[in-house]
Amino acid sequence: MKDEATTREERIENLKGMGCSRKRVEDARFTQGKGNYVDDIKLDGMLFGDFVRSPYAHARIKNIDTAAALEVPGVLAVLTAKDLEPLGLHWMPTLAGDKQMVLADGKVLFQGQEVAFVVAEDRYAAADGIEAVEVDYEELEVLVDPFKSLESDVVLREDTVDEAGKALDGAHGPRKHHNHIFTWEAGDKDPTFEVIDAAEVVAEESMYYHRTHPCPLETCGSVASMDKVNGKLTLWGTFQAPHAIRTIVSLISGIEEHNIRVISPDIGGGFGNKVGAYPGYVCSVVASIVTGKPVKWIEDRMDNLMTTAFARDYWMKGRISATKDGKITGLHCHVTADHGGFDACADPTKFPAGFMNICTGSYDIPTAFLEVDGVYTNKAPGGVSYRCSFRVTEAVYFIERMIEVLAIELNMDAAELRRINFIRKDQFPYQAALGWEYDSGDYHTAWDKALKTVDYDGLRKEQAERVEAFKRGETRKLMGVGLSFFTEIVGAGPVKNCDILGLGMFDSCEIRIHPTGSAIARLGTISQGQGHATTFAQILASEIGLPADSITIEEGDTDTAPYGLGTYGSRSTPVAGAATAMAGRKIRAKAQMIAAYLLEVHDDDVEFDVDRFVVKGAPERFKTMKEIAFASYNQAIPGIEPGLEAVSYYDPPNMTYPFGAYVCVMDIDVDTGVTEIRRFYALDDCGTRINPMVIEGQVHGGLTEALAVALGQEIAYDDMGNVKTGTLMDFFLPTAWEVPNYETDYTVTPSPHHPIGAKGVGESPHVGGVPCFSNAVQDAFRAFGLRHTNMPHDHWRIWKTANELGLHD
Amino acid sequence: MIPARFEYYRPKDIAGVLSILEEHGDDARVMAGGHSLIPMMKLRMADVPHLIDLQDVGGMSDVEISAAGIRIGAMVTQHDIIDNEALASVAPILREAALQIADPQVRYMGTVGGNVANGDPGNDMPGLMQCLDATFTVIGADGEREIPARAFYEAAYMTAREDEEVLTAVTVPIPKGGYAYEKQKRKIGDYATAAAAVQIVKEGGSCVSASIAMTNLSDIPIYSEAAGAALVGTSVDDAAIRTAMEAMLGDIDPTEDNRGPVAFKKHVAGVILRRAIERAWSRA
Repeated sequence: MKDEATTREERIENLKGMGCSRKRVEDARFTQGKGNYVDDIKLDGMLFGDFVRSPYAHARIKNIDTAAALEVPGVLAVLTAKDLEPLGLHWMPTLAGDKQMVLADGKVLFQGQEVAFVVAEDRYAAADGIEAVEVDYEELEVLVDPFKSLESDVVLREDTVDEAGKALDGAHGPRKHHNHIFTWEAGDKDPTFEVIDAAEVVAEESMYYHRTHPCPLETCGSVASMDKVNGKLTLWGTFQAPHAIRTIVSLISGIEEHNIRVISPDIGGGFGNKVGAYPGYVCSVVASIVTGKPVKWIEDRMDNLMTTAFARDYWMKGRISATKDGKITGLHCHVTADHGGFDACADPTKFPAGFMNICTGSYDIPTAFLEVDGVYTNKAPGGVSYRCSFRVTEAVYFIERMIEVLAIELNMDAAELRRINFIRKDQFPYQAALGWEYDSGDYHTAWDKALKTVDYDGLRKEQAERVEAFKRGETRKLMGVGLSFFTEIVGAGPVKNCDILGLGMFDSCEIRIHPTGSAIARLGTISQGQGHATTFAQILASEIGLPADSITIEEGDTDTAPYGLGTYGSRSTPVAGAATAMAGRKIRAKAQMIAAYLLEVHDDDVEFDVDRFVVKGAPERFKTMKEIAFASYNQAIPGIEPGLEAVSYYDPPNMTYPFGAYVCVMDIDVDTGVTEIRRFYALDDCGTRINPMVIEGQVHGGLTEALAVALGQEIAYDDMGNVKTGTLMDFFLPTAWEVPNYETDYTVTPSPHHPIGAKGVGESPHVGGVPCFSNAVQDAFRAFGLRHTNMPHDHWRIWKTANELGLHD
Repeated sequence: MIPARFEYYRPKDIAGVLSILEEHGDDARVMAGGHSLIPMMKLRMADVPHLIDLQDVGGMSDVEISAAGIRIGAMVTQHDIIDNEALASVAPILREAALQIADPQVRYMGTVGGNVANGDPGNDMPGLMQCLDATFTVIGADGEREIPARAFYEAAYMTAREDEEVLTAVTVPIPKGGYAYEKQKRKIGDYATAAAAVQIVKEGGSCVSASIAMTNLSDIPIYSEAAGAALVGTSVDDAAIRTAMEAMLGDIDPTEDNRGPVAFKKHVAGVILRRAIERAWSRA
């Protein structure tokens, strides 16, 4: 094959490699309704299981009577904790080192908790069976406030205290109280306190980052099929980490890992909701073993919102100190973290508060101290990273609010305060006070570009005029200019400090080149909408010189994909993307030897050029990768094995640190609390950009989820522990109607340690977006004396703020 | 989200509907678009052993406009209301209100009859129909009877319609003057935090009649006669509007929910009413 007619530029274009806005290959099936989600799986004789759930937030279970349920036509079995106990499966380990009831073992700790599992011929019979199960509850005192929980005599978790009622040590050390889970500290306490106590200016603020929920469009579910003939269990499910699930299932069930095949089919959004292990997964497995038939479990929307993996719920108290002219000298943060009835956070083992210790943000803060206390309450377990990397959303919200509060204290412009405290470009790699080494950044360039694009000075002038007009009674609308500058910490992560249940957080890629020059690559990650099949093929196209359209990307089947820790925390591109590039380079290294043999020159005398190896100094002599692929299957080359395959397990040397600068311009009706987003500008620096169109889509999605959280999305409880926001009527999921136009922009600061310099982007817009929307609301009221008000900024809470500031008549 | 077992009926005429209602009494419910009833059944909050689907019953899907008024069949959908140019020209408030109900998908199925008959205080059509002084036609074993919209609602989900009666039509006098349907909601598809329906007639610079009704601010829609009366004889200036707002606030009785506390709802009700009056007046 000779293609001299093609220019080098055309050859690059043909590859659809990195930097190309290649259309998503997944969309052909998604847009035609041809996706294959868990609930699409139908197997012969498949049964359906669903839960009897507790109506109470805290109650002792005196009796469960399943007799009437077993009389319901179509109901085959009702499992309770007593049935699971002989198998040791009535409790299961959580990712956070705690354990969680699979089915209520004597008591319930949150509304909606799983009490019994009804197995029936179809979901209709299961629903009738659920209604027929009679549970005798004795209500107990409910604790929904973590501060009250820490003072209460009521022991929520009797399994965590000794006979005298004293708290036993937890997974992260001593516990201060029977409802306390852990204390986690980072930084230097005494030096920080000394700096703050001696500072010229100190700003203090308490803020509540409310409980919310990732709410993917597809709820959680699984299908378990135990083949009693060959002893092999196949488990399809909504798993963001299928290999980890396989290992967990093996550890808790005793089934050897080679006899377990876990498959994540198409997943309709995860956002952290599908990282953990849920009772439904365990029950579908047990029910399949018991009945010998496949068993499906699928949550409905209310189950999803009420029981599987909430996010946030952090009570944060901060102190930030500075010189009179605004140079920050110290930061102290204390968090009371409400984890609900079980600690089921999905964080790397050594980080019970995730990466909250990135809370010094994008600023050069020499001294800092963070302490986090985890607390049990009568709420659903979880604490997952909702479109963020392990609590970095909380961390960025905290520091971006503290910066605003400090600006008020200093009577300074908040944009300028940020500018004078940014870590400078020449300080990277930057060692932060709370432990992380930021790999790279150029914050000033990004900030200046953002402020210039939006005409920041003009906005402030307009805002000042609006305030005057408001005071004159000419308008009832205020204008807010929301700023945020965020630094993410993604790509967990180095095995030396990141593991989940002892599994190092590397990731993997295995490539097989077919004789005709196409390829399949399998990864340890799993796309939930991110478009891996599109973008990972682009990385490979650029690395191995075969067109992206000729490369199949496959993920999610543990029998075929190499071991990996899955997709969450924006880790796919930083870790599996790196593995992909590294595996591609192994392919290329072997291809180089084959090319040299075919061209009858020394290995060192050929060089890679887009899609071929050429003889140095003789560009007319070359072998394309397609030719080399075929040669690897049909030539007996001395010293080289046939075939062209490679595998790479990549342990990143560091996290990556994407960053960005966001500006939101908002108008607020002080009489109704209605907000209108006039403009939203998002500059993201995610290092090397693989597919600009996919990046833009990610930014739009992340910003929309940020808008949701900032402006109304919450999981709220009443004093009795009842969930008040259990349906989409009350749980805010924005539609196209509520979403403004987004302007996206970028700078490129490649990661110095990542093979292709990419940093990850999927979660950045959420992390940076939440404080930006919130700051816009708060900024609108700054001229009237507001320091801080908690999210979500829904209509009535904004109205309340205006009311308390005396802006109504 | 799976309903309890139920029998499904799809009679061809109203006589068939009435005979099933007569046979099963409380255990039977009629369904028009189903957008209120089906979710309640799925949540097992409504127990409906016998569900009668009205889709095949003829004669309830027409909009007839005459000098005497507008007759809207119970099975006319919200989308039909929006899509009907003749209707929009004689009663533009109907289109303005219907466009603020739920979302397009719901409006393709949701009906005027179902919206007014269900007695859900969150529904928009009941307040609107009270503002327009509509009459509801119901039919039962003893034949038809007419019930004024302003006398139809007794409590949440409780109306003057008997269990064995079916609401078949809504009759509206041709509205006169300026109009406005103003609604605040948290998001698309939501029920109102507060909504106001206003119809005002202006002659020689002053208001000669005004009709005002509020939605989702009590357990029933609120026709505020006093609020309308406060505008009559005035030039609808700030003082008159304030008086109308005060009168309206005396008639509503909102409760706290996720949309906000009572004080907020009252404040917003006032603001929304003011805006509705101002817009209606500007069109009068």
